[in-house]
Amino acid sequence: MALKSETFPVVSSSDVVKVRQVVRQWAGELKFSLVDQTKLVTATSELARNALEHGGGGTMCAEIVEDGMRKGLKLVFDDKGRGISNLELALKDGYSTGGGMGLGLSGSKRLVNDFQINSEPGRGTTVTIIRWK
Amino acid sequence: MDRIPILKVGNCLLVTIQVDMHDELAMQLQEDLTSQIAKHASRGVLIDISSLEIVDSFIGRMLANIAAMSRVLDAQTVLTGMQPAVAITLVELGMSLPGIKTALNVERGMELLKAYLDQDAEPEETDGSEE
Repeated sequence: MALKSETFPVVSSSDVVKVRQVVRQWAGELKFSLVDQTKLVTATSELARNALEHGGGGTMCAEIVEDGMRKGLKLVFDDKGRGISNLELALKDGYSTGGGMGLGLSGSKRLVNDFQINSEPGRGTTVTIIRWK
Repeated sequence: MDRIPILKVGNCLLVTIQVDMHDELAMQLQEDLTSQIAKHASRGVLIDISSLEIVDSFIGRMLANIAAMSRVLDAQTVLTGMQPAVAITLVELGMSLPGIKTALNVERGMELLKAYLDQDAEPEETDGSEE
């Protein structure tokens, strides 16, 4: 169940900065610890940059979710780019097509509690992450 | 476009990153620093990131690049002031920044640079290329 939900555009590198700040603020409202906030904001930065660089831009939907007693911050990064043909390979540490270090996907997976990725070549990619309090 | 200021202190360059950098700004800093090292023949670079709330793989790569480029240009880089939460996240992300010298704060960073430069100033072999 979503308690609060808002969608933000990710179409420029200043939008990447903006969504980082939004996630920092929401994570603060949820009273996440500083380390948890930092992990979530870092994962946001990686995934927003992926949506921008590889997906040609997209959106981030932020949601405060509830599961019984616990609350969490759910983030959905969605782009309509060329998609990923080999997800297994894309999730490997050090695999990169963009000239980066190949830590964006694999690294952000380690920074959150739930990580889901769906991608269809030619249709785009959706990454959903949740960090529970 | 805004820029991150680079201060010249003796034969060192000092950079304090105090804003949430977007990617172009990080790239600009990389370019500016290397040209300043060459311009002033600087021997040391100190980058203070105590106000940075996150270091993601892009900024991590930029910092590693700066250290590598400086080394090629005969300057030593020290990274100072990383917040503990940033260090935890960075290592979990998979980046441990090998090859970058670090110090807890600017003061210790300057000591480290000074020690490195003093040690380097000891005469080894003269190749006659001094100006």
